[in-house]
Amino acid sequence: MNKNFKENISVVLSGEAGQGIQTIENLLTRILKDDGFNVFATKEYMSRIRGGSNSTEIRVGKDAVRSHSSNIDILIPLTKESVEHLKDTISSETIIIADMKNLKIDYSNAVDVPFFDIAKEIGNRIYSNIVAAGTILALFSTEKEIIYSRMKKIFAKKPELIDKNIEAVNRGYEIGEKIKNSGIIKIEIEKNSKIKDNILINGSEAVALGAMAGGCDSVFSYPMTPGTGVLLSLAQYSKSFGILVEQAEDEIAAINMAIGGWYAGARSMVTTSGGGFALMEEGVSLSGMIETPVVIHIAQRPGPATGLPTRTAQEDLNLALYSGHGEFPRAIYAPGNLEQALKLSRIAFETADEYQIPVFILTDQYFVDSYYNIEKTDLSEVRNENRITETREDYKRYILTENGISPRGIPGYGKGLVIVDSDEHDEYGHLTENLDIRIKMNDKRLSKLDLLRKNALEPEILGDDDYKNLIVCWGSNYETLKESLKNLKNTKTAMIHFPQLYPLNYDFKKYFEKAEKIISVENNAMGQFSNLLKLELDAEIHERILKYDGTPFSAEELTERIKKAI
Amino acid sequence: MGNRIELFARNDEKEMDIAWCPGCGNFSILNILKAALSEMEEITPENMVLVSGIGQAAKIPHYFRTNTFNGLHGRSLPVAQMIKAVNPELHVISESGEGDMYGEGGNHFIHAIRRNPDITNLVHDNMIYGLTKGQASPTTQKGTVTPVQINGVFLEQFNPIATAITMGATFVARASSGDPAQTKEIIKKAIRHKGYALVDILQPCVTFNKINTYKWFKENSYYLDENYNSENKMKALEIAFNTEKLALGIIYKNEDKKAFHEQLTIYKENKEPLFKRKHNIKELESFINSKI
Repeated sequence: MNKNFKENISVVLSGEAGQGIQTIENLLTRILKDDGFNVFATKEYMSRIRGGSNSTEIRVGKDAVRSHSSNIDILIPLTKESVEHLKDTISSETIIIADMKNLKIDYSNAVDVPFFDIAKEIGNRIYSNIVAAGTILALFSTEKEIIYSRMKKIFAKKPELIDKNIEAVNRGYEIGEKIKNSGIIKIEIEKNSKIKDNILINGSEAVALGAMAGGCDSVFSYPMTPGTGVLLSLAQYSKSFGILVEQAEDEIAAINMAIGGWYAGARSMVTTSGGGFALMEEGVSLSGMIETPVVIHIAQRPGPATGLPTRTAQEDLNLALYSGHGEFPRAIYAPGNLEQALKLSRIAFETADEYQIPVFILTDQYFVDSYYNIEKTDLSEVRNENRITETREDYKRYILTENGISPRGIPGYGKGLVIVDSDEHDEYGHLTENLDIRIKMNDKRLSKLDLLRKNALEPEILGDDDYKNLIVCWGSNYETLKESLKNLKNTKTAMIHFPQLYPLNYDFKKYFEKAEKIISVENNAMGQFSNLLKLELDAEIHERILKYDGTPFSAEELTERIKKAI
Repeated sequence: MGNRIELFARNDEKEMDIAWCPGCGNFSILNILKAALSEMEEITPENMVLVSGIGQAAKIPHYFRTNTFNGLHGRSLPVAQMIKAVNPELHVISESGEGDMYGEGGNHFIHAIRRNPDITNLVHDNMIYGLTKGQASPTTQKGTVTPVQINGVFLEQFNPIATAITMGATFVARASSGDPAQTKEIIKKAIRHKGYALVDILQPCVTFNKINTYKWFKENSYYLDENYNSENKMKALEIAFNTEKLALGIIYKNEDKKAFHEQLTIYKENKEPLFKRKHNIKELESFINSKI
C-alpha cells in the first residue's frame, strides 16, 4: 500500500463534536502554511454540541488548493462512528491511520497507532487529537521549531496547556517518522517559502474584514448558523476598530437597528442565514422605501424551514432577489473566493451608501467555513468616501433629481431636518396620498436601478477564449469549477462567474451569444440563477448541473458531471 | 418661551390635513409634547429625532417640525435605540400607540427595556385599535365587545407598567391626555431621565372605544401623592398590579443604572458620534496582513 504524494494530498480528521477536531484543523493548517505549503481546509459538522460525527478536510498542494475534494488520501478517525459516517468517500486508496484496537476498526489499508493510549500516558484522552496532529506533521517533514513556534502563539492565552500539548505533538511525531521511514506514506510536495507570509482566513473573516474596509461601524444580528461567523469576527475586532456590535432580540429588530444606524450616520450591517433573513424582509422593503441603506449578509444553508442547519446550499438567491413587498432597487453580490469576499463586502457598503438601497452579500456554509492561504491585501486604493451631506435649512430628503439619488442628510448634521417615512411621501419626507407624487417617487426610486445596471460588475471568464462550451457559476462554486476546468483539459470550454448577481448589465448577453452549449452549476434544485439569467439576459441554459444534498460540489464530482453534460 | 413652541410647529400647520377624529386624545398629546419640548432649552427640532411606528398615534411626527423616522409597525424601538447608540448627542423619542408598542412590537418593548437606552418611550394607550376600526388591543379591558371579539375580550389585559418594572425599566410613568398640565411635567422628566423612560399615556378613542371615555379615565385613575417614594420597586409593582384604579405619575424610577450607550466600548475613549469618525484604512490593512 505504499503511496507517494507529489502534487497534492487530502487528509481528513473525523470524530465527534467536542473531540477538538477544530483545534487540530487550526493547528495543522497554520503550521503547514508556516512551513511553505498551500493549504485548504473545510469542515462538515452536525447541528449539535457533543457527539455525532464531524470531519475536517485538509488539502495540501504544490499549487494553490482552494476547493473541496471528495477523495480522501489519509483518514484519521477518532471515533468508530465517524468511519461509518464517511464510508461513501473512503476508497480502496484511502489509508486510515487510527487507534485500531481502541476504536475496534477493521480495515486492511490501515496503520495502527495507539493515539488514545499515548494520550492517556500524557495524562488525558483529550490529547489524542494533538498526538494525531504530530503524526501528520512528521509525514510532511515539518521541522519541530516551526511547530513549536505556532503552538506557542495558539496557546498564548493558555500557557499552562503548552507543555502537555507539545509533549503530545512530539509523541505523535515519533510515530509519524516511523511511518515515513517505513515507506508506506511518502509526501514530497514542493514547498514555497513565500507562502509562509500569506494570510490564512476563512470566508466569515473575509466578509467581516471586507465590511470593515467598507467602513462598517456597526453590526446587528441574531445568531444563526452559518451566518454567525461574521458576527463573531466583527465582535472580535470591535475593540480595536470601534465597531458597535449588538445581539438583537430577533432578526426583525436586527435589520431595523441597522437601518436606524444608517439613518443616524453609522454604516451598519446584519448577518444571518435564510430563515433569519425571512424575518427581515419587511426591513428590506423599508430600506427601499425610505432610501436608507442597509447591508445584508446571508450565509445560505439548505431549507425550507430549519432544513439542514449546518450544511451548504445556494437556495436563497430568489429569497434575496424578491424579498420585501413593493418594487424598489437592490444589488446582490456573491463572492467566489476569499479575495472577492474582501472586495465585494467593501463594495457592498459603497453601493448601499451611493444608491441608498439594500445590498446583499450572498455566501453559503461551505464558503464561510472554508479557509486557505491568500496573498496579503492592498487597501491603498480604498477611499471610503463619505457621502453624507450637511443639510441646509429647508432640506428635502427626497428632492427629485435626474438620476434618482437625493443627497442623504442625517439628523444633527446641518441646519435642516431629516424626515423619512415608510408611507409614500413627498420631497420633504412627509406622508402623502397624492397619487401624482406617488408616481414621481416610485419612478425616482426605480430609476436608480438603471444606474446600478449600467455599473454592474463584469463577470469573469476563464478558459479557452474561443469557447464553444460555456459553464456558468456563481458564489462558492468559482474555485471548484476552476479546478474542474483544469482537470477537464478540454479545449473550447470556458467558465463564467458572476460576482454580482443582480442587477446585470444587458450587455453581458454577449458572453452567452458565442457559446454553442451553456451549462450552469448551482447548489440548488431549481437552478435559480439559471432562471435569472433567462429573465435578465434572455440567456438560454442548455444543461443544469445541480446539487442539493447539503454538501458542496467536489472538483472530481463536478469534472465528471461536466464531462457528461458536454 | 412662548415662541419656542413655534419652533416645533410645521410652517404649513394651518393647511395640514390631520388624520385624527375631532376630539381625539392625540391632539392633546401633540400639544402637550410641543409644550414640554418648548420648555426644554436644550432641545431643538434639529437635535432631536421623533421615531414612530404605524397607527394613528404614530402619525404624530408628521404634525410636528423635527427630525422624523416614521418606520414600520411595531419597530420604532429598535430604530430609536440605535439612533441614540450611534449618535448620543441626539435626543430620541419613540412614540406610538399601544398596539404598535405592546402588541406588534412586544418583543422589542421587553428587550429595549433590558438595554436601558437613553430614549423616551411615549405610548398613546387608548385600549383599542383605532386605525383598523375598533378591534381589541393588548390593553383592551376584558369583556369589551368588538367586531372581531364578538363575545367580548377574554384575554388577560397587558400590563405595561408592571412589565416595564419587571424588565428593569429605570423610569416608568402613567399619564393622561386629559390633564395637559401634569402630563407635560411627567414627559419633561421622562425626557431628562438618563436611561429608558416609559410614559404610558391614557387616552380616549372617541370613535371606537365607548367604554374608556374621558369620564371613565377620570373616575378610574388617581395621582400618586407627593410623598410617594418612586424608588421602591416592590411598592411600585404593587401599584402597577392595581388595575382597578390606575395610578398616574412617576410610578418607578432608578437613577443609578448606566444607559446603553454609556456601556459601549466605542465610547470608552472617544465620545464622538460614529458619523464624525474616520476609518483608519492603513491600520486595517496591516491588521488583515497580520493574520498569517
